[in-house]
Amino acid sequence: MEIIQQILNGISVGSIYALIALGYTMVYGIIKLINFAHGDVFMLGAFIGFYAITQFQMNFFVALIFSMAITALIGVLIERIAYKRLRNATRIAALITAIGVSLLIEYGFIYIRGAQPEAYPDVFGRQSVSLFGATIDMKAVLILSVSVILMLLLQFIVHKTKTGKAMRAVSHDTEAAKLMGINVDNTISATFAIGSALAGAAGVIFGLYYTKIDPLMGVIPGLKAFVAAVLGGIGIIPGAMVGGLILGLVETFVSAIGFSLWRDAAAFIILILILIFRPSGIFGKNSREKV
Amino acid sequence: MKRHSKAFWPLLIAALVFYAIVQGLIMTDMLGAYHTNTLIFIAINIILAVSLHLVIGITGQFSIGHAGFMAVGAYLSAIVTMKFDLPFVVAIIVGGLVAALAGLIVGIPSLRLRGDYLAIATLGFAEIIRIIFLNIDYVGGAAGMQVSKMTDWTYTFFFMLITILVIVNFTRSRHGIAALSIREDEIASDAMGINTTYYKVVAFVIGAFFAGVAGALFSHNFYIVLPSQFGFLKSVDILILVVLGGLGSLSGAIISAIFLTLVSTFLQDYPETRMIIYSLVLIIVMLYRPQGLMGTKEITDYFRGWTSKGGKDNGKDTIT
Repeated sequence: MEIIQQILNGISVGSIYALIALGYTMVYGIIKLINFAHGDVFMLGAFIGFYAITQFQMNFFVALIFSMAITALIGVLIERIAYKRLRNATRIAALITAIGVSLLIEYGFIYIRGAQPEAYPDVFGRQSVSLFGATIDMKAVLILSVSVILMLLLQFIVHKTKTGKAMRAVSHDTEAAKLMGINVDNTISATFAIGSALAGAAGVIFGLYYTKIDPLMGVIPGLKAFVAAVLGGIGIIPGAMVGGLILGLVETFVSAIGFSLWRDAAAFIILILILIFRPSGIFGKNSREKV
Repeated sequence: MKRHSKAFWPLLIAALVFYAIVQGLIMTDMLGAYHTNTLIFIAINIILAVSLHLVIGITGQFSIGHAGFMAVGAYLSAIVTMKFDLPFVVAIIVGGLVAALAGLIVGIPSLRLRGDYLAIATLGFAEIIRIIFLNIDYVGGAAGMQVSKMTDWTYTFFFMLITILVIVNFTRSRHGIAALSIREDEIASDAMGINTTYYKVVAFVIGAFFAGVAGALFSHNFYIVLPSQFGFLKSVDILILVVLGGLGSLSGAIISAIFLTLVSTFLQDYPETRMIIYSLVLIIVMLYRPQGLMGTKEITDYFRGWTSKGGKDNGKDTIT
């Protein structure tokens, strides 16, 4: 039953993309900025998890939460230091700054610790279960359950808490939200914190799944997660989840039918097709441009 | 608007004199291989900066996939010289033309998009181009393709001069004015009856042509052409030249190409430091001087006030 195995692989990869894509889509929804540094926050999350497990002998789940807390802090710092001044700047200026922040994190990190890759500790060993005749790696089950829990948690925060309500209000209309007494700056920071924490969690489970991490690992998953966000409709939270899963499945099948070298191109071809035929994404609504 | 500015002939003659002096120094071995190579790098970077300036600075279309067109030029010219044994000039022109064709194919669908989406689409296309070359065994795949060194000072200098002349003349022509109006306000220029898609594609194709020329010169200067030379970082390298010089300033792009090439030559042995400096330059320039060092001004604008009292403002504005 190879097909079940492939589908499960696709869902595992896809849920990692989905977790990163959520951060992209939330930030874009609220300040209309493609946060290029998001992929690097994901990378930092993987390394924080790695050091927490190897240096401080933390349990995997403690390390996961630790990494999420630190990346949330990093996300807020990036927003406060670099992006806050750009609220009223042009979109191009904001995008160039985001590229600059991304490069600064990558090469600053390489400068501090060197570019050599690390092997992630194999905390769970090689356990697997049999289901409908397919051997299923326990890691895939773990990744899936962690992502589902985090996504449910996110849905809860966005729809049932005051912060979530403020986030939705700010992304709908910043000016009106401000007039209603919502602290826009804090809400934006909260968005960055939540998005970055999700990226940090994605980094830790990415390290567990692929076992190899390096300072430039965030670039390609970051871009692909962005593709996933655009695919689902940027700014729409369920869209990012679905987009991530679709992208993961497509990539796994492109590899499975023997085109593994073309796997990276698949994501970009999807991106171009979606931008040409349905720029607002699967869940997006068409909006008219106003002068 | 006049066809040539007053400074045109003096500047052209100065450029030719500069070429002759450098060529003389190279022929009499007073200028070593290292310095000659630095000059060639500067000239290639000027071609890249000026061609991207046309797309971003003049037409206001934010493309971050310029390295993709460079890759097309590099590979196609290498095929022409290495597999068909044709002269280098033919290779450069073929490289440019195929890159222009690639620009047309990429430009027509993606230039309907705006701002961020266009940036991401061009980035995606550049990655696709790179992955295509990575998967073609005829050009060596990931191991790359051996190329003999053919680029010299004369080729690079004259192609640089042609690039600058074409782009200056394009900017001054009707097409250039139309492109400027798209940069200032796309919806308004559409409403004025300007075929915005046509002018955007024209600017994009010309930009891609010269990126291909630069790619041809680049690959024949390195003995080898690899897909990894044309990744996202190369596009950022070109982008920073335009951003630092000023979005919309041709002389700004040239000056920052000269300056940053020298900086990166000095930091050759410290690639991480170079990237940290580059990223800090991007962030600091965007935070404190988002229009770039020169804004939309040209270097000649600074001298205009001296010759005629209170030189006329040429009415250019910042990019919105």
